[in-house]
Amino acid sequence: MASLDWPAIFLSLGAALLAVALNLIPGVGLAWLLARRQWPGKAVVETIVTLPLVMPPVATGLLLLELLGRRGWLGSWLHAANIDIVFTWKAVVIAMAVMSFPFVVRNARVALEAVGARVEQVAATLGASPWRVAWTVTLPLARRGIVAGAVMAFARALGEFGATILVAGNIPGSTTIISTSIYNDIMLGHDEEAYGLMVISIGFAFLAILASEMLLRERRP
Amino acid sequence: MSAFLEVRGVIARQDRFRLEIDASFSDGWTALFGPSGAGKTTLLEIIAGLRRPDAGRVLMNGRTLFDAATKENVPPQRRGIGYVPQDLALFPHLTVRANLDYGRTAGDDEAFQASVLERLEIGALLAQKPDALSGGEKQRVALARALFARPALLLLDEPLTGLDAPLRERIIPFLQRVRDEFRVPTLYVTHSADEVMALCGRVLVLEAGRLVREGAAQDLFIPRESPGWRLRDSV
Repeated sequence: MASLDWPAIFLSLGAALLAVALNLIPGVGLAWLLARRQWPGKAVVETIVTLPLVMPPVATGLLLLELLGRRGWLGSWLHAANIDIVFTWKAVVIAMAVMSFPFVVRNARVALEAVGARVEQVAATLGASPWRVAWTVTLPLARRGIVAGAVMAFARALGEFGATILVAGNIPGSTTIISTSIYNDIMLGHDEEAYGLMVISIGFAFLAILASEMLLRERRP
Repeated sequence: MSAFLEVRGVIARQDRFRLEIDASFSDGWTALFGPSGAGKTTLLEIIAGLRRPDAGRVLMNGRTLFDAATKENVPPQRRGIGYVPQDLALFPHLTVRANLDYGRTAGDDEAFQASVLERLEIGALLAQKPDALSGGEKQRVALARALFARPALLLLDEPLTGLDAPLRERIIPFLQRVRDEFRVPTLYVTHSADEVMALCGRVLVLEAGRLVREGAAQDLFIPRESPGWRLRDSV
C-alpha cells in the first residue's frame, strides 16, 4: 500500500474550508444585492462574478499572479507591509476562494429569490428593522440553499488546480494540494500514490454533492 | 368627519400603469373597491411604506409618513401600520405562537392578546407551523399577527379572495368581531360588493388607478335580484 500525501490532503481541506468561510459573508451579501435591489452596473458585476466559472482556471491564476505578485498592483503594496502571498498557503486559499465564489453567490441568490419579498415586507410592517428581518426571516428561510451552495463551493475548491498552480506553485509540503500532488505522482511514475489520491478526491466530491442535493431536496414545497 | 388618513396628490407609476389618488379616510372600516388592476394593492403598499410614490404626501393623524417634496419617508417598521397581504405571508419556519409574537411590543398587555386569540379562535393552534393550518386558520392567524403589533391602522388586502364560498361565509363573522371589538381603523381591499356590505361603512371605488366614487356603502350599493349586492350605476 503506497503512502498518501497527507500534507497535501490536509492543506486542500483546510484551505478549501477557509476559502468558503471567507466567501460566505461577501457572497451572501452580494447575492442579496443581486436578488433584491436594482442598481447601475448590476449586470456587469453579475458577469464578473460568474467569469471564474467559465474562464480557463489558469487564466484566472495568471490574473491573480499579476495582482498579488511582488510587483503586482496589490502585491507590491502588501510586500511593503511584509506580507507575501504568492507561492504560500495563503495563495492557495485565495485561488480557491476566487474559483469557488460563483457557487456561493449563485446558490445564495436563488435561495434568496425563493424567499420572496413579501414575508420581508410583512416583517417590516410588524416593526422589525432591516437587520432583524435579515436574521429572523430571510436567512433562516434561505439557509438550506446557502449551505448547499457553500458545500458545492467547498467541493469546487477541493478540485482546484489551474489557478492554484500558477499563483501558489507546487511546492511539496508547502503549497502542494491534492490535485497538484496527483500531477506530481503521475509525472514521477508513482501511479499507486496518484490512484490513492484520486480515490480520496472522488470520495470528497461524492459526499459534497450528495450533501448539497439532500439539503436542497429537503426544502419545503 | 375628521380625516384619519390622508393621501394627497399621490402619483405612482409602474411600466404603463399610473396611480393618481387624492383621498382621505376616516377611522372605522373603509373599503377600497374595484376590479383587478385598479391599483388597490399599490395604494395599500404606498400607505404601508412598502412602495415609494413618485409624488404626493401621505399623512396619518396629522403625522407626515411620506412627502415627495421634502423627501420625508417614514420606513414601514416605524409607521405602526399593520398589513395582511393577499398571500398572508405567514413565516413558514416559525410556529403560530412565534408568528404572533414577531411584532408584539414589549410590555404589551396579556389581556388584549388573550382576547384576540379567543375572538379569532386560534388559541389551540399556537404550537403548529403554518403548513399544518387550513386556509381559514391561516387567515385568522395572519389577522391576529397584525393585531398583536397594536397597529394604528390595519390594511387587509382581499382577505377572502381565494377561499371558497362556505369558508368566506365563516370568516366574515370573525372579521366583524375584530371590527367591533378592537376598533382599529382599517382599509379593506376587495372586489366583492357583498364583503363591502358586510364589513365596511364607507367605500372608495377605484378604477384604472383613479378614485372614481366614494361614499357610504349603503348609498353606493343596491341589492341584486339574486341574493347579494352590486354597485349602483352612476347617476
